[in-house]
Amino acid sequence: MSDPAPRKWEHRLRITLWVLIVPPTSWAAHFLFSYLWAAISCAKTGHFATMPWLFIGGTVLALAVIALAGWVAWHQSRTPGDPPPHQESTRIDRLRFLATATLLLAALSTVGVIFTALPVVFLRECT
Amino acid sequence: MRYAILLACLLAAACNTHQSALAPFGVEAGETRTLTLVMALAALGLAAITFALYFRAVRAPEGSLSHKGGMKLVLWMGAIVPTVLLAGLLLYALPAMRPMDSAPGDLEIRVEGEQFWWRVIYNPQDTQGRLVDANEIRIPTGRTVVFTLAAHDVVHSFWIPGLAGKMDMIPGRENRLVVKATKPGRYRGVCAELCGLAHALMAFEVVAMEPVAFDSWLAEQRTGTAAPPKDSRGARLFAREGCGACHAIRGTEHTGQIGPDLTRYAHRRSLGAGTLEPTLTNTAAFIRAPQDLKPGARMPTYTDLSREEALAIARYLKGRE
Repeated sequence: MSDPAPRKWEHRLRITLWVLIVPPTSWAAHFLFSYLWAAISCAKTGHFATMPWLFIGGTVLALAVIALAGWVAWHQSRTPGDPPPHQESTRIDRLRFLATATLLLAALSTVGVIFTALPVVFLRECT
Repeated sequence: MRYAILLACLLAAACNTHQSALAPFGVEAGETRTLTLVMALAALGLAAITFALYFRAVRAPEGSLSHKGGMKLVLWMGAIVPTVLLAGLLLYALPAMRPMDSAPGDLEIRVEGEQFWWRVIYNPQDTQGRLVDANEIRIPTGRTVVFTLAAHDVVHSFWIPGLAGKMDMIPGRENRLVVKATKPGRYRGVCAELCGLAHALMAFEVVAMEPVAFDSWLAEQRTGTAAPPKDSRGARLFAREGCGACHAIRGTEHTGQIGPDLTRYAHRRSLGAGTLEPTLTNTAAFIRAPQDLKPGARMPTYTDLSREEALAIARYLKGRE
């Protein structure tokens, strides 16, 4: 299916393998960031701040990147075609497979980021 | 019959009330037990629901679920419901990670892990109220107690299962453990980190006392009336053999810091940090050959002492002269 003159910018975005790895990569980066942030905070001050703005900012950024990838994937997964499994070697099936997989990974990564961030709400001391 | 006996043996473990995380006498251990029960029940409930779904799916005739319906089932029961339930359990469990709050006036007890015994120092910062003891810890109920945990030789781990979770004792640093006992009684703590040959023979007694009784006990100990008589055969042998180079007895010239403080030995309920009953015979045997009773113990052997002499020292330590 060709798409000669897309009207909206998101329709011009194409799901590729690169987009597929964005949500888990964001999750991994946030995971690393959480550990580094906690280690540096504890080494420098010995306790967690009441309002850890840097950590909140990092978490919001990770969720925003995942949401963007998920949103693009959701748009592309609505391309008309057969129901899953998308296993034919056609452009449509390839697109719909990548879109669905990206969407599911985005959902999983969102939960992963939230579960990683939750302990900070409850922790006060480093020991 | 064999299985019934096996099951009875397993259930008999529940009778252990002096050293069990399932028989709590402190706030933290109580919360941990509740958390464990809630988590276990939730896991059982989720397993039951999952098996019920499997059972239904296996028995359902072919084609009874449309493709769309199947996808919906996977989405809800495979993703959304587990995520929400796990998030709920996580939110319920996380507050238990918070350490208990302490205030400046709380009782501080410094415990140092040694190979293979426990040095206990009440009020370590207070020169007047400082009290050194070994292998027994007394705490008041209903009050917050701050344990400062340290070690000099190797890593040990301080664990009173009925009171709180374990905490490592690491050479070169101090760890804090804030606890609150709720039920008076005699309990047991252990070393929970393999620290050498006698690791398994490194326990201590924990006595949780009513606050008034605890205060009077501590005041009584500080006045130093508990020391054994100074002039006796045992006392002379204790001095002659150089026991005081390692062991301290308050009120005497013996101030050694290498081994356990023996001032309150007569009141202890164990010998060699939970190894033996502290009878006269056992004490004398331990003095002559500690390694025979506690392999790996750092105390040297005193085989040149006769049995009678060792018994005299034991009587002196037990305050029976």
